[in-house]
Amino acid sequence: MSTFKALSLVALMALGAAGAAFAADAKNGLGAPVGLGDKITETDIKAWDITILPDGTNLPPGSGTAAVGAKLFGEKGCNQCHGDGALGGRNGALITDQPLKGGGIEANKTVKNFWAYSTTLYDYIRRAMPWPAPRTLSNEEVYSLVAFILAGNKIIDEKTVMDARSLPQVKMPNRDNFIIKFPDKI
Amino acid sequence: MGIFRTRGGVGRSSPDEFVAGNGLLHRRALLGRGIALAGAAGIGSVGGVNGAAAEPVQDAEWSGHQGSNVMEYGTRSRFEKDTLRILSNPKGEARTQHARTPHHKLNGTITPNPLHFTILHNGIPDIDPAQHKLVIHGMVKQPLAFTLEKLLRYPMVSRTTFVECGGNSAPLFSNEPVQATLQHLHGLVSNAEWTGVLLSTLLDEVGVDPKAVWMLAEGADTAALTRSVPLKKAWDDAMIALYQNGEPLMPEQGYPMRLVLPGWEGNMQTKYVRRIKLVDQPAMTYYEARNYSPVLPDYTAYKFYFVNEVKSFITSPSFGMGLKEPGYYEISGIAYSGSGRIERVMVSADGGKTWADAAIQGPTMHKAFTRFHIPWRWDGSPAILTSRAVDDGGNIQPLRADFVKARGETLKPVTNTFGFPNQHYNSLTSWGIDAKGEIKHVYV
Repeated sequence: MSTFKALSLVALMALGAAGAAFAADAKNGLGAPVGLGDKITETDIKAWDITILPDGTNLPPGSGTAAVGAKLFGEKGCNQCHGDGALGGRNGALITDQPLKGGGIEANKTVKNFWAYSTTLYDYIRRAMPWPAPRTLSNEEVYSLVAFILAGNKIIDEKTVMDARSLPQVKMPNRDNFIIKFPDKI
Repeated sequence: MGIFRTRGGVGRSSPDEFVAGNGLLHRRALLGRGIALAGAAGIGSVGGVNGAAAEPVQDAEWSGHQGSNVMEYGTRSRFEKDTLRILSNPKGEARTQHARTPHHKLNGTITPNPLHFTILHNGIPDIDPAQHKLVIHGMVKQPLAFTLEKLLRYPMVSRTTFVECGGNSAPLFSNEPVQATLQHLHGLVSNAEWTGVLLSTLLDEVGVDPKAVWMLAEGADTAALTRSVPLKKAWDDAMIALYQNGEPLMPEQGYPMRLVLPGWEGNMQTKYVRRIKLVDQPAMTYYEARNYSPVLPDYTAYKFYFVNEVKSFITSPSFGMGLKEPGYYEISGIAYSGSGRIERVMVSADGGKTWADAAIQGPTMHKAFTRFHIPWRWDGSPAILTSRAVDDGGNIQPLRADFVKARGETLKPVTNTFGFPNQHYNSLTSWGIDAKGEIKHVYV
């Protein structure tokens, strides 16, 4: 191989660092990936990779109970927006028997009467709460707060421990009342 | 902006050609306008019909001395300072903030950047673009991180498209018409030219596992807002936008980068996008599991509502403007469809009994605002103005009775125009004009 050819090959490999193997069907019109992205490992993305899927994928280790969650709800200031015992304050009640039916199309959607997946609670509390300091709760604290809300709504027993195995198995009461609006778009 | 009386063309000396009830005139009068206005106006149509005698002209004060200094970043006339968005939470309390576009004070189709609507759930993050990264990972061959500097070297495309909140027009779910301005009712939609890198280009770079069906798009905002998006849309026309109407994105639009999904629900178009993860199932995040999942009259609910369907509304005249006197007015409005291009807009001045085709201002673009106009001579008697759009897929804006049958209306009248009794309203908007020229919001 001539020096020129060898250099070209090195250059090509550098250009296609990420994706030379699947350049054939590239849609960018260049016939090959642009290749300017920096390689990163899943390990290095871990701090951001906190989304929980409904089947429980990505739930972290640890566990929590309603009793601990009830205590945390006051300690972490959740009650400042959601009221003592999560019964409602400046923002909505997290524990309530308010029905969906009879409320019209404007009915208040609650954890009990609407949310289809228990994993949404874990994902959202860990991601966005407490409002002034999101992503500061430990995995155990999130499990406990989820357990507190689910038990308060009588969706699980007071004693049921929430962890990566038990949480996705909780069937939310309204799970089967949804229709996919645009199935052809998926 | 208000209502302008136009020059000639439809003056009294040319016989009016009414094409529908209550004074709607043929759109022909408007076609070709701007190319040969004088010719189109026709001889004999000179002179105001209702105009009073004008004062003699003279130089004004501002014509007599040097004006003010040119600024590095331009600013608008001090006389236009009341063309503003309406804020739902001006003190920035610990809840969502909305800002609504004043469509009744704008014209054309492009929304100026400072007036583009926005909804933010935790305020505007102050992101240093040099430190921001977009990571694409999950079901891919090679996860990659893209800095802004690197993205700027990728092939770029520009795409004019509207962004609309799923909750835009929500007050029209009210069982009684809410008396509020167009801005209150329909201010959560805007239209801009977005420039950036097609997501398909970046997906090619990472190499997508064919088993991936969805992607999770996460923002770098305080709540790390995340939505699940079908991968089909990503390959179709999704974009990582870096520019908005030619300049870097406004911070409230996702600076330094956001996801744009032409024609789809605004909340899915993640601002400050920092992570895209390819997965085999949707995450059912808070916003898709609760807020943007409309309840139906039988208490089932839609799971996902991707497309903002065909819609139109008259911007002028509209609620609160009032007509001072009978005579000529131009009816003007906005039409758009998340499924394609606007093909036709019909306008009625008699509450939907008779309809006439409006003139469409071209060039029309897919999933973008289209401006329509129709000339109208108001005779001073009560009238109801309404519009109905059709897109190139044959989708027609539903009449209210049909819409309410399918989607329902509230049990009690809506009193808070910032509330969201439901999501994704795309039926008609009607303005009732009484004999005094006062304009109210009505249903037909």
